[in-house]
Amino acid sequence: MSATAEATVLITHEVGLHARPSVKFTKLAKSFSAQVEIALAASGPWFDAKSIVKVMAAKAPKGTLLHLRATGDEAKEAVGALVDLVQRDFDEGADHARSA
Amino acid sequence: MPAPLRLKGIPASAGYAEGPLHSLEQVCAGYSPSGLPDLEKATLEAAVGAAIESLAALIETSEGDAAEILEFQIAMLEDDALTGPAFAAIAQGSAADEAWQQALNVEISGYENSDQDYFRARAADIRDIRDRVLRALSLESGFTAPVGAILYGDDIAPTRFLETDWSKGGGIALRRGSTASHVAMLARARGVPMVVGLCSGDAAITGLALLDAEHGGIVLAPSAVEIEEFRKFSSSFAARQDKARAYLAGPALTKLGTPVRVQINIADPSDVDAVDVANCDGVGLMRTEFLFGHASGLPDEETQYRAYAHVLEWAGEKPVTIRTVDAGGDKPVPGFTVEESNPFLGLRGIRLSLAHPEIFRVQIRALLRAGVHGNLKVMFPMIAVPEEYERACVLFAEERAKLEAVGLPHKLPPLGIMVEVPSVAIAPEAFADVAFFSIGSNDLTQYVMAAARDNGAVAALNAVRNPAVLRLISQVAAYGAANGILVSLCGDAGGDPATIPALLEAGLRDLSVVPAQLAMAKAAIAEVSV
Repeated sequence: MSATAEATVLITHEVGLHARPSVKFTKLAKSFSAQVEIALAASGPWFDAKSIVKVMAAKAPKGTLLHLRATGDEAKEAVGALVDLVQRDFDEGADHARSA
Repeated sequence: MPAPLRLKGIPASAGYAEGPLHSLEQVCAGYSPSGLPDLEKATLEAAVGAAIESLAALIETSEGDAAEILEFQIAMLEDDALTGPAFAAIAQGSAADEAWQQALNVEISGYENSDQDYFRARAADIRDIRDRVLRALSLESGFTAPVGAILYGDDIAPTRFLETDWSKGGGIALRRGSTASHVAMLARARGVPMVVGLCSGDAAITGLALLDAEHGGIVLAPSAVEIEEFRKFSSSFAARQDKARAYLAGPALTKLGTPVRVQINIADPSDVDAVDVANCDGVGLMRTEFLFGHASGLPDEETQYRAYAHVLEWAGEKPVTIRTVDAGGDKPVPGFTVEESNPFLGLRGIRLSLAHPEIFRVQIRALLRAGVHGNLKVMFPMIAVPEEYERACVLFAEERAKLEAVGLPHKLPPLGIMVEVPSVAIAPEAFADVAFFSIGSNDLTQYVMAAARDNGAVAALNAVRNPAVLRLISQVAAYGAANGILVSLCGDAGGDPATIPALLEAGLRDLSVVPAQLAMAKAAIAEVSV
């Protein structure tokens, strides 16, 4: 039950872990029962990945190496899914039209 | 009856509106706290719930960017980390409105103090969230603006814009605000007239007003004659606009079929996101003052590089002309510009950049690096003598050599100059070495006419169509044509349908206008026989 998982992933999204991506990020994190946290450095500070207020407060711009860690049920799955989301650029391609 | 008062501002979304002014600052006049923590807690919970509900209802009628902003706001309101501090304060005896306001203000200042533009811009979203809940808390429903009102205040939240019924007219007049803001983009898309940067002083702003968002101004307490004149402008604008739409997508051609290049002026990299690149011939002027205008200090190389690359990639093969920072004059930058008794004639533009080579070199490196992302051209503002151009070119060469040495990708862009100091317009032959000329008609006019462009008392003298100004423009155009130097014009005159004939007759074939004026400019060009 006390499974733990850790990973790092590079944020390639143009303006970083900002409003739109952070909505997706926290929604996905909340779909897992594990406790999930993010940080901009291995030494912390760590932020609750399920709180959009905290995720936004991390202010992670493009090019940030994001650290993730999870403990509890499905810890590995949670970290894997979140890393995948960041790597997919939050499913917003470069062609994401802002106000077409 | 008070005397009519005219305030000048910057057009952010062209159009005309006539209606009562409504203050955007009336948010929460009528909340009466109960004094009971349990009741205050329940009231705040209900208000947050009501705010979420109203946002969810708004999503139904929004799409794209707007819907995503609303989703973000809902996610914030649903987060205990946002609401927690307010409930904690209520438990300590605070009133619901006070607790909420204080908790959210802490959050807002966190965003305002960010050193990243993007996060700083989110402060407006949090303010919007704060006010939405305060409105829900308020017993007073008097904050609802009458339909057709001109909303007036420091700034306006995107959701306030979306909630407003614009079908019966109305407009926006802001003391601060920006033509690059999200609301400005929405306003242009919906055709809602909007003016930003109004210099209102302490004037009492109430009653009937006439908003002219084509030229940038508002008349308070207008006379009958002014109302009549305003309506003429307004109906002529509507007619021109209808006609112009057909011209937006095509190339600009005069009545005789002479092609004219029409590029766009932008003040912020995000300005291009709402523009279809196929509708213009590139970016004739990208200002860079926005990078220097923040309280967090001067921008680093990476921030600048990203901003430039964003626009270059958007433009593809089309040219993007970036102007090195034009601070000073009416654009002070803390920590960079100096206080002067006559700033328009002082240390501004290239003079300031050359006086601070350590800051200028950062911008130069960012430009050299961004050059590989597209068709970049760079120009210097306020050039008065050839030595300034030469010194700037030397700095480019030096920074290029350094990038070469460390093996960073870069490209030296063609280097041109703004023609805005009369010395250049009178004797352009002294600048035979420049890659191109770009006429800055706003400054050229104010220097030729000795009439400051920010002084309403001499507004009539600040006329680009004065024969003296036009003669200088045609002289520069002729010199450029004879010597193979491209001459364009990027001042406000280029987008003014009334001035376009005179500019084309002066020999110009290359204009740059704000994106909202593209269609009107092309339509005006089609009427000219050159």
